[in-house]
Amino acid sequence: MGKSITEKIILSHSDKKELKRGELIKARIDFAFANDITGPLAINVFERIGSKEVFDKNKVTLIADHFTPNKDIKSAEQTKVLKEFSREQNLNYYELGQVGIEHALLPEKGLVLPGYLIIGADSHTPTSGALGALSIGVGSTDLGVAMATGEVWLKVPESMKFLYKGKLNKWVGGKDLVLYTISKIGVDGANYRVMEFAGETIKNLSIDNRFTMCNMAIEAGAKSGIIEADEITEEYLKGRAEKEYNIFKSDLDAEYEQVIEINVADIEPQVAFPHLPENCKGISEVKDILIDQSVIGSCTNGRIEDMRIAAEILKNNKVNKRVRLIIIPATQQIYLEALEEGLLKIFIESGAIVSPPTCGPCLGGHMGILAKGERAISTTNRNFVGRMGHPESEIYLASPAIAAASAITGKISSPEEVI
Amino acid sequence: MIIKGKVWKFGDHIDTDIIIPARYLNTSDPNELALHCMEDYDKDFIKNISPGDIIVAGDNFGCGSSREHAPIAIKEAGVSCVIAKSFARIFFRNAINIGLPIFESSETSLGALQGDELEIFPEKGIIKNITQNELYNTNPMPIFIQNLIASGGLVEYTKKEIERRQIEY
Ligand code: SF4
Repeated sequence: MGKSITEKIILSHSDKKELKRGELIKARIDFAFANDITGPLAINVFERIGSKEVFDKNKVTLIADHFTPNKDIKSAEQTKVLKEFSREQNLNYYELGQVGIEHALLPEKGLVLPGYLIIGADSHTPTSGALGALSIGVGSTDLGVAMATGEVWLKVPESMKFLYKGKLNKWVGGKDLVLYTISKIGVDGANYRVMEFAGETIKNLSIDNRFTMCNMAIEAGAKSGIIEADEITEEYLKGRAEKEYNIFKSDLDAEYEQVIEINVADIEPQVAFPHLPENCKGISEVKDILIDQSVIGSCTNGRIEDMRIAAEILKNNKVNKRVRLIIIPATQQIYLEALEEGLLKIFIESGAIVSPPTCGPCLGGHMGILAKGERAISTTNRNFVGRMGHPESEIYLASPAIAAASAITGKISSPEEVI
Repeated sequence: MIIKGKVWKFGDHIDTDIIIPARYLNTSDPNELALHCMEDYDKDFIKNISPGDIIVAGDNFGCGSSREHAPIAIKEAGVSCVIAKSFARIFFRNAINIGLPIFESSETSLGALQGDELEIFPEKGIIKNITQNELYNTNPMPIFIQNLIASGGLVEYTKKEIERRQIEY
């Protein structure tokens, strides 16, 4: 019986000869990271264990991205914990001038690579699965222990294969594919399992769109999302990867818990209604939903391609008076590219505000919080109750194309209406 | 270990933003986190619960973020355990790792009502509803996880593991 890419990666990181699905095993990790929310707790765990040194200083990193630039005294205290620990342990530490939202920053810096087993104390860790790595979100205790031992306990997961066929419609990208997929299987449709995205559409999909898809695997409850590395991946890694890496591919006779085929020609731009990412409708079914805010950014859609799409739509257009449009490049590098390509000028001239890289409003932290009764369209990944502010505010999830178009019209709209 | 307490009933997909909203994550102080536990769902929850009370929920409890602050807030609020039809993956790990007992039981999720008194016998995998005089089953935990909980969570377990290895070397 053949093996899936996930099983091959786990096997190569364990002492076992064979793996049984559902079995609990210990595995060695290649990389571990935490942020300004989960990091302080992980450091506390590390210290309680009595460890003096992290297992490998090149394989652990801390990124202050959620509430930075520090939004208040308490967040500043948390960031300080990360900073001091990083200095003490001689770790790479990212904040402000160096920062980016962790899941965009790690691949960009070449810190995570194909074939790696990665754990991160953040639920969107699966994003790096787009490079053909197994990248799993854990809690702070797991992370603190892994910083000490270089190991994690794992249940060998089942995999679900998603085969995408056909040509993408205009304005349809990774965000729409993954929202559509979540709406088909539900927010717990992949609980405990790995979602393997494959098929001819994925083969032709850009790396930024692949990141977006793997990013949202957790929104179906998955342990991770994964896409086999190919030429597009290797092209992306050129100039970034300093270490060797392994490309694993699923065997043709690998066993899947389910194989789901999706014809992408049937998919139009998607909008997820409050308060779950599975509540999707095609844009043609969305009528007259006025918005107060539009957010383009986050670990889901804050990459350069997302910035380019937003600029394409905002160019020679004006943001509607009733809307706050907040654009957040996910990393300093993306910010710089957007500057050099003239995108920031387009944003500002249209009436948008550009924020420094941060999670900010995505989790209701700062830089764009909603008041009672306000409504936002957002390229982020969660529209849970109170996620962006007041418990009685509303979030609709969509692609950068929809978020940009909606900012212009003041209601949730297709780019076709403004271009 | 026998757990006994009154039921607080919740629905499906109770996410970590409901358990502890992100606006309070600028601290990791358990007491402070507990003060805001479930407040966007029921702002009086924390005022009205008594130590030992039990959360009973539907599918996918704890979905969303990886914040360990969620099980910590629940534990610190005095909740003795969570019973749900199913749990989201990261919440499940986190609860075990910090030593918050959790049980998967569809029967309890369907049968138990708000305010019912439950008594749980984890080793036997049985949950008794004293108020309604019914018995429910729960899935037994794998041995590895039972050991983890018996050691007092992952930190204690790892400490022992490290000592054991040092002796071997
Ligand atoms: S951008 Fe949002 S989802 Fe991504 S890591 Fe930050 S808070 Fe989490």
